[in-house]
Amino acid sequence: MRGLIGNRWAELGAMALLIGLVGLILPSGYYFRVGALVLVSAIAALGLNLLLGYAGQVSLGHAGFVGIGAYAVALLPTYWGVPTLLALAGGAVFSGLLALALGRPILRLKGHFLAVATLGLGILVAMVLTNEARITGGPDGMPVPRLELFGTRIRAPETWYWITGGVLLVATFFAQNLLNSSTGRALRALHDSEVAARAAGIDVARIKGIVFAVSAIYASVSGSLLALLNGHITPDVASFLNSIELVTMVVLGGMGSLLGSLIGAAVLVILPQALTIFHEYEHLLLGSFIILIMIFLRDGIVPTLRKRFTERGS
Amino acid sequence: MSLLAVKGLGIGFGGIRAVDNVTFSTEPGKIFSIIGPNGAGKTTLFNLISGVYRTESGSVTILDEEVTRLSPEALAARGMARTFQNLQVFFRMSALDNVMVGAHVHEAPRGLSHLLGLPSTARENRQTRDEAMALLTRLRLADVAERTAGNLSYGQLKRLEIARALASRPKILLLDEPAAGCNPTETAEIDEIIVEVARSGVGILLVEHDMKLVMGVSDRVLVLTQGRVLIEGTPAEVANSPAVIEAYLGTGLPSLEATHA
Amino acid sequence: MLAQFLQFTMSGLTVGAVYAVVGLGFTIIYNASGVLNFAQGEFVMIGGMVTVFAVAAGVPLPLAILLAIAVAAIVGIGLHRLAIEPARDASPVVLIIITIGGALVLRGIAQLVFDKQLHKLPGFSGDTPVNFLGASILPQALWVLGGTAIMVALVSLFFAKTMIGKAVLATAANRLAAQLVGVNTSVILAISFALSAAIGAIAGILVTPITFTHYEVGTMLALKGFAALVLGGLGNPMGAILGGLLLGLCEQLSAGYISSTYKDAFAFIVMIGVLLVRPSGLLGSKLAERV
Ligand SMILES: Nc1ncnc2c1ncn2[C@@H]1O[C@H](COP(=O)(O)OP(=O)(O)OP(=O)(O)O)[C@@H](O)[C@H]1O
Ligand SMILES: [Mg+2]
Repeated sequence: MRGLIGNRWAELGAMALLIGLVGLILPSGYYFRVGALVLVSAIAALGLNLLLGYAGQVSLGHAGFVGIGAYAVALLPTYWGVPTLLALAGGAVFSGLLALALGRPILRLKGHFLAVATLGLGILVAMVLTNEARITGGPDGMPVPRLELFGTRIRAPETWYWITGGVLLVATFFAQNLLNSSTGRALRALHDSEVAARAAGIDVARIKGIVFAVSAIYASVSGSLLALLNGHITPDVASFLNSIELVTMVVLGGMGSLLGSLIGAAVLVILPQALTIFHEYEHLLLGSFIILIMIFLRDGIVPTLRKRFTERGS
Repeated sequence: MSLLAVKGLGIGFGGIRAVDNVTFSTEPGKIFSIIGPNGAGKTTLFNLISGVYRTESGSVTILDEEVTRLSPEALAARGMARTFQNLQVFFRMSALDNVMVGAHVHEAPRGLSHLLGLPSTARENRQTRDEAMALLTRLRLADVAERTAGNLSYGQLKRLEIARALASRPKILLLDEPAAGCNPTETAEIDEIIVEVARSGVGILLVEHDMKLVMGVSDRVLVLTQGRVLIEGTPAEVANSPAVIEAYLGTGLPSLEATHA
Repeated sequence: MLAQFLQFTMSGLTVGAVYAVVGLGFTIIYNASGVLNFAQGEFVMIGGMVTVFAVAAGVPLPLAILLAIAVAAIVGIGLHRLAIEPARDASPVVLIIITIGGALVLRGIAQLVFDKQLHKLPGFSGDTPVNFLGASILPQALWVLGGTAIMVALVSLFFAKTMIGKAVLATAANRLAAQLVGVNTSVILAISFALSAAIGAIAGILVTPITFTHYEVGTMLALKGFAALVLGGLGNPMGAILGGLLLGLCEQLSAGYISSTYKDAFAFIVMIGVLLVRPSGLLGSKLAERV
């Protein structure tokens, strides 16, 4: 396996190339919309990958942060006239701080317990969004004021595709920076051995808090972009099911592979779109799909392919 | 003033006292060995000193500073480093990254500039990498630096743990059976490294079953049986002590001359 | 005053009994296989739904109940064979996600085979509330409490007295050792899943006359059953029962006296709180991690 440095530009380049080429061949607005949805999900999956794939800490409640980001750009501009971009930043900061505050105690837990505590956390967010119907519109959701940049409203799916693609590249760049630093080494170390990490002087609680916060910020930004792209938002974005989908994206693409997050997101977003004719079978198909991935593709697409290549190479 | 002073240290697990009222102290540049039969409490003693277990009674001081019940990371910041009897390697990371993690205490805790990839991060990375490479070379691991640790041999992993511990430039180094499972050549190498590290001023606590190694390198030896100190003295004093011979024979364990894993 | 308190307590114990049984189901499977089965709530749903539809199709109630229990047990075995056994060596979290996938599949099938409506059964002893110290209590609530008590007693007897029960415990303690002494562990695991599914289904049948059923009730039940488990202490069957009853009580009392808006949130707040303060739960024991 090559060190992180060698892979770094290759990974970012591959991602940019993929986004660019796909953007050139997409035929219509509908496809750009699906493309933008993939990119938006990839941002959240990327953040979750830092937590789950690299640091080895599970969150089954990450959609809660997606929900916070989504409702930040819906509520703040609607009720308090906050500019949309500021609302997006506000949501991200709030998510980050919440994650930091809750992360310290929650991430002390391991395995099952961590999974379930984060799951509870996500469900609580979804409940608040559903129950505070007076301002959130309850289960029916609410409209999201459109984003205005340089005096024009951003509506076209094409534009959204390129915006979300840009954000994903920046998000990848930051994630690589983090991984390629002492903080990144520390978070990968605690995945393998917490005792050894602590004996090496790593403040495990602090590092876990940082990754949890960064991944929450990624999820929040992803939620904000999703809300702006859709123009309407319901508490479903924060649902338990969405949290599970995010985890499945990370596992499918490959834990510990940033490029994998994009691939995983693409499969999990495009597949249901392709299967909309089978709407009645949505639960059944998604459930079967999750089971099959976890049984047969547990190692993830990108790591599996990489292994094939290196084995053949040597 | 001792480098490390342990007084009346103890802990029990459901009835049995795994470590009971252990007292000793070590000096910089000296090798202090702890021996005893399997289950005597040597690893538990290390776990207490390095903060992995919470001490129930007694105290630990480093250069007269009270450090009892401090966390492992706080102890690392005060100059303590250790290796583990049952390998605790970061198996998914490269050998080089493993050793770089060892230098964590010398790197600035600046999450934000790490995220932004500021030039200070690149500088820090370069310095840590150079130091880690030097250590890998010293432990004959330079040619596997980029390999994932999970793919290394047992002997290499044992040395990797030592390299990682040294990367923190410790004042006190705790080695828990560093030569276990190594062949005579590898054992001799580790022997040499331990002596060399001690000569550079580091105080070493060594747990080892290989009596030849222990008797050859130690300045002082402490014998632990059933959690208690049986005797402490120079290697010669310990080797000739009737109590020690009886204890070892009494448990049916290998005699002092025998080497075992 | 007293009447109101009794009322809330009674409804708390009734829903709590269901959480307790779900928690017990979790425990049986967890102890035998180390898997946390989040499709546990779907067994409750299957119990209720199959009974409702069988009765509607003209099957007599007792027969419909037996049918529902049998269906749930078969589904439990199928879940184990098709989804969990093939991933036996996976990490706990992967296994959790597999069971969540399983829950989705079961929900999807229920939605196709049955429908998306709310359903109820008539109470076994009628739906006229009886007056008790001013509180009006549904006779079905007594069925739920009595049924749960009997089930718990039978399950305990099963583990304590029967060869199969002991084999399950042996498998739980050490799968390899159990295999060596001739226990067919694969059969044992299937039995655990069937048993756990059956008791879930029974709870679902008993409670459907009070709380109704729906193809989606499983998720919440699984989560609350798990909260009960955490509250009581993972792995301890009595802990699951105690946790379930306590959780149901707290939930109904807080809904009655404070506000019902966040009634469902309560379970999760309690769960997270317990995890943070005492991860081993009320009846669990603490363990030091070995290095
Ligand atoms: N976390 C723990 N929980 C329960 N008992 C423990 C724990 N850690 C150690 N022990 C017990 O403490 C005693 C001492 O064990 P320890 O590992 O310290 O022995 P040791 O001297 O290192 O032996 P060896 O030479 O085999 O490494 C043993 O009886 C062991 O079972
Ligand atoms: Mg030991």
